[in-house]
Amino acid sequence: MAMANKQFMTVDGIPVEINGEKNLLELIRKVGVKMPTFCYHSELSIYGACRMCMVENQWGGLEAACSTPPKAGMEIRTNTERLRKYRKMILELLLANHCRDCTTCDNNGTCKLQDLAMRFDINDVRFPNTAEKPKIEDSSVSIVRDAHKCILCGDCVRMCNEVQNVGAIDFAHRGSKMTISTAFDIPLAESPCVGCGQCAQACPTGAIVVKNDIAKVWKALDDRGTKVTVQIAPAVRVALGRELGIAPGENAMGRIVAALRRMGFDEIYDTSTSADLTVLEESNELAKRLGEGKAELPLFSSCCPAWVRYCETRYPELMEHVSTCKSPMQMFAAVIRENNRTSSRKCVHVAVMPCTAKKFEAVRDEFKVEGKQDVDYVLTTQELVRMIKESGIMFRDIEPEAVDMPFGTMTGAGVIFGVTGGVTEAVLRRLASDKSNTALMSIAYTGVRGMEGVKEARVMVGEKEVRIGVVSGLKNASDLIERIKAGEHFDFVEVMACPGGCVSGGGQPFASNMEREKRGAGLYSADKLCSIKRSEENPLMMSLYNGILKGRVHELLHVHYHGAKQEDH
Amino acid sequence: MNTQELYQKTDAILARYGTEERSMIAVLQAVQEEYAYLPREVFPYLSERMGLSEAHIYGVATFYENFSLEPKGKYVIKVCDGTACHVRKSLPILDRLREELGLSADKITTDDLNFTVQTVACLGACGLAPAVTVNDKVYPAMTPDKASELLKTLKETL
Amino acid sequence: MLKNRQDLIDLRAACRDAAKKQTRKILVCTGAGCVSSGSLDIYARLVELLRDRGIPCEVELAKDPHDDSVRVTKGGCPGFCEIGPLVRIDPEGYLYTRVKVSDCEEIIDKTIVAGELVERLVYKKDGKVYAKKNEIPFYQKQKRLVLEHCGEIDSDSIREYLSVGGYTAFEKALFDMSADDIVNEISESNLRGRGGGGFPTGKKWSQVKRQKATPKYIVCNGDEGDPGAFMDRSVMEDDPHRMLEGMMIAGLACGASEGYIYVRAEYPVAVKKLSRAIEQATELGLLGKDILGTGFDFTIRINRGAGAFVCGEGSALTASIEGKRGMPRVKPPRTVEHGLFNMPTVLNNVETFANVPSIIENGAAWYKSIGPENSPGTKAFALTGNVVNTGLIEVPMGTPLREVIFDIGGGIRGGAEFKAVQIGGPSGGCLTPEQLDLPLDFDSLKKVGAMIGSGGLVVMDSNTCMVEVARFFMHFTQNESCGKCVPCREGTKRMLEILERIVAGKGRDGDIELLLELADTISATALCGLGKTAPSPVVSTIKNFRSEYEAHIYEKRCPAGNCRKLKRISIDPALCKGCSKCSRGCPVGAISGTLKQPFVIDQEKCIKCEACVGTCPFHAIKED
Repeated sequence: MAMANKQFMTVDGIPVEINGEKNLLELIRKVGVKMPTFCYHSELSIYGACRMCMVENQWGGLEAACSTPPKAGMEIRTNTERLRKYRKMILELLLANHCRDCTTCDNNGTCKLQDLAMRFDINDVRFPNTAEKPKIEDSSVSIVRDAHKCILCGDCVRMCNEVQNVGAIDFAHRGSKMTISTAFDIPLAESPCVGCGQCAQACPTGAIVVKNDIAKVWKALDDRGTKVTVQIAPAVRVALGRELGIAPGENAMGRIVAALRRMGFDEIYDTSTSADLTVLEESNELAKRLGEGKAELPLFSSCCPAWVRYCETRYPELMEHVSTCKSPMQMFAAVIRENNRTSSRKCVHVAVMPCTAKKFEAVRDEFKVEGKQDVDYVLTTQELVRMIKESGIMFRDIEPEAVDMPFGTMTGAGVIFGVTGGVTEAVLRRLASDKSNTALMSIAYTGVRGMEGVKEARVMVGEKEVRIGVVSGLKNASDLIERIKAGEHFDFVEVMACPGGCVSGGGQPFASNMEREKRGAGLYSADKLCSIKRSEENPLMMSLYNGILKGRVHELLHVHYHGAKQEDH
Repeated sequence: MNTQELYQKTDAILARYGTEERSMIAVLQAVQEEYAYLPREVFPYLSERMGLSEAHIYGVATFYENFSLEPKGKYVIKVCDGTACHVRKSLPILDRLREELGLSADKITTDDLNFTVQTVACLGACGLAPAVTVNDKVYPAMTPDKASELLKTLKETL
Repeated sequence: MLKNRQDLIDLRAACRDAAKKQTRKILVCTGAGCVSSGSLDIYARLVELLRDRGIPCEVELAKDPHDDSVRVTKGGCPGFCEIGPLVRIDPEGYLYTRVKVSDCEEIIDKTIVAGELVERLVYKKDGKVYAKKNEIPFYQKQKRLVLEHCGEIDSDSIREYLSVGGYTAFEKALFDMSADDIVNEISESNLRGRGGGGFPTGKKWSQVKRQKATPKYIVCNGDEGDPGAFMDRSVMEDDPHRMLEGMMIAGLACGASEGYIYVRAEYPVAVKKLSRAIEQATELGLLGKDILGTGFDFTIRINRGAGAFVCGEGSALTASIEGKRGMPRVKPPRTVEHGLFNMPTVLNNVETFANVPSIIENGAAWYKSIGPENSPGTKAFALTGNVVNTGLIEVPMGTPLREVIFDIGGGIRGGAEFKAVQIGGPSGGCLTPEQLDLPLDFDSLKKVGAMIGSGGLVVMDSNTCMVEVARFFMHFTQNESCGKCVPCREGTKRMLEILERIVAGKGRDGDIELLLELADTISATALCGLGKTAPSPVVSTIKNFRSEYEAHIYEKRCPAGNCRKLKRISIDPALCKGCSKCSRGCPVGAISGTLKQPFVIDQEKCIKCEACVGTCPFHAIKED
């Protein structure tokens, strides 16, 4: 037969071709069945502990679909009486130990345990509820942990260790006493946690959630005497998620602006604008270091606060290599602060970010002037979604609006900051001597685009070949650093802590890998729609450098980090 | 805690067993042999020397029953609760020891750090059930009264 | 340092000659049991007395011993722990039991000097005197293969091991057999893993042999964690070389040059003995590089466990050797492909490796002649509980349970009735009087829902409550669950919770069914073998003793009279004179009444401490 070298197996009676799938789960998806899982994430190692994805083979044996590779001739069933019985019992066992106050849980509606309990029609839990009293750990400004909502699937642990190489949390103790814990259960704020929030992304329940600052922002908005300005980061616009009826990757910037205006924000800006400032400053710095040709290469990007925190705790000796540029958020905040100097009202500045680590960046001492933070509150995309819902705004129907002046112009270079490789591409656009469209295209194809965790490129800058590394995910960053320490040379390294960049940020609504890719693609098409592609061509830049920034570039746009020890809030 | 001394001792242990992850349990055992428990200060040091996170090392240390994160008593009394001992009534012995020392399942060491009382998985001395060990010396065929006697003798040597 | 085959043959012959020459021997048991009853003092006293009397004595197998010297040997455990400390005198073979230091003088003067028996020290049963070890019924039905040297040789001496033919099998495998030959011989012998599951050892070895990836590892599972099992301990402490030899042969067969022994933390003596044995074998050149000039390299390392029962599970054990938390991982890939450090690994337990040398030496056909076809060979069991003769025994596979408990074990202690025997520890099940004629082998036990496991046999009499036994095992597994998978972590916790309420008299209608439902889910879905078998003791006791569960739940009564919280203490109104003495002594104020009228006990308040029972001058207070 023609199918001779194809291999097949059967899922629920349907023949399926085996095509390099690592495990049965991937194969089962091909027949349109969504298996129940808690501990499976394609980017993490197989843990196989929740036992929800068991399937029954032709001999009546049970196998966990996540850890069993497909084999030709295998016949499996995904939904039998036995399997349903076991899945129900497992759910019942998990629920018996769980806080069941769903209505007051942060993850109400997005919780996998809740979802599966509904799917499997769990209407009675026959075991006494032994859930301990809530144990809220909120020392971190980025995330909040609640141990009694933890189902010990270990997703956060593997995320923190395998993908991020941070190692703030791990399993501790064993058996029914097992917990997920920092060393000696110290507060997260005292641990090596960098606040990236990827653990919260991975958590299937409400055991790790983004710290909620919504109430403070509402309060500022409600106070008529306060002028509330807001900036919106690039990655936010493509990630509002299905909850608001937005397709993955769809650019909803205009509607976000409109919604924020309705909520009462006085001035609304796009962080892409200040990203242009970052591009100009960082390009200068790179050009200068390249020109000097001495140490302090590679230059590491500094936009990502989780990366900065990681570097200062893990590789303090490398801090000299980290760009002195503030992140776009902090640059903008400094500019807005200066712009508001003459305002008679009390000013509050809010940043809407895809990122939980930005909450930490905002409270850093380096970004306080006379004890006051430049960014008063950081809201994550998740919080923005909630505020929109809370305000009752019919988001899909709202008319898009434009951001405010005087800082209302931005470029495509600034918009792509929200995806891995974007910062590098923007800097290369600035540094390239050839300003043609062809040159622009060729930069896009140097290898800086794409969701891969490690990308490398060689680019000619003037006469010089520049070696560039683009990494996302802190494990990838530390691997690259080890290579550099072993003697490999790089000139510029862009680091984003979250895999895929800010589009997958810890503060974004949860998304599958496919949806994350769509978010990235959304930013690149937003770039296409921008008439200006290069930061230096942003007309606003000229007026800023001649105005607010005059003589104060270093003070307002650069920072010198003090080191690992920070006063925590 | 004299951390300088702790680091020196730990260095010697690491020199013997190596700093690879595979040595972790042997290293922790050696530290515990030195101090009778795992001093908290050793964790950041091992983390640095072995390149593993503190949380990870804490996870290993808390997984295994034999590691103690708190100082133990001068006399560590272990009551075997293996099947054979259990069938031959080891629990009343445990109850008696705890009662006399004011200890419980949660508080296993006396405040004066003289006694620790804990249960132990089968010692493999089932022929001598019920068995009790004091600092690893086996006392066979115990009864609650014999346990009281034993305590009395131990207290005299303090 | 032995350079070649001839060197080994010569040394072995020399050791054998020396041992033959020295016929007068005193063997003092230094197993854990006897040591705790003072056997080391006895050993020292015997040596001291011999020296005092001017009798030449040697504590080691000397190179050239005096013909008339007495060798005093620390002999390891002959298994009959019940009657220790044991001292055996050769060549007569007298076995002295319950020996005290004060008996030593008589032993030396009568037996060693005059050749007479000290009758008061020998084993007696039913009026019969058994002077020699081999005459004792405890030993008569046994076939000691794996334990053959336990109690016979000094395990600290490689010379003694050589004197009884040690390392002959390794020598044969090294010089006369190819790797395929070895694997074939083991496969042909149908040796099945003694760790519990009974997986064919030959099959495992050939799978590892086939793997292309190197290095490969030989791992010995000495994490004997089942409560009530201690045969591996005996092998490791009393005949360590035998196990090393088995591992070395496995290394030859599979192309591995590194071995690891994982010994549980509770066995410090085993660690010491094994280290010494490895040291001696290395000194002689039987371990190390280019062994006996053949180019074969093999080293063995010891890893000490740190107290986690779950590390007896293969992937948890390798994780532990790797320095991690001992949590089992999902399979596939299997240990034979991705085992220790992710490399192909042979993982067998102590007893399995200890079987290997005699199979290689005597051939598969010989081995298969012992025991039934599908489970050939012998099996060591730890016989404990309410049986007269507790200790370590070894019988051919397929020996009926009755023979083990009654002929070897001497029946039930204190004359009570045999009720059940728990086999296979917390993973196994119980066997009842109806199953006394069941042959003890892998397949027969599997059929009745029990398993050999590592070989613990805990005998229970009619005073044992089976619900409490199930609770005990569940408490054990629940406590030892690694916590990784949901069914085991949460399910065993709930099973324990239900069992605890049943034995406390708070059982509810439906509890038995709920236990079975949980058991079904756990056995079907748990991640590792330990989890899957954790409910077995409960399922097996429900199956065989359901009425006991029902009595606890519906009648709030413990038929065995074992469960304290179900006791009912009451005052006989006919005898009570209403003196109020009992009510004044009650620690919880459960007794009330009017003076000179019969008092009553509030059963809700009563904690069954029985303080009142003794205080009543009229013996009016009794347990129902």
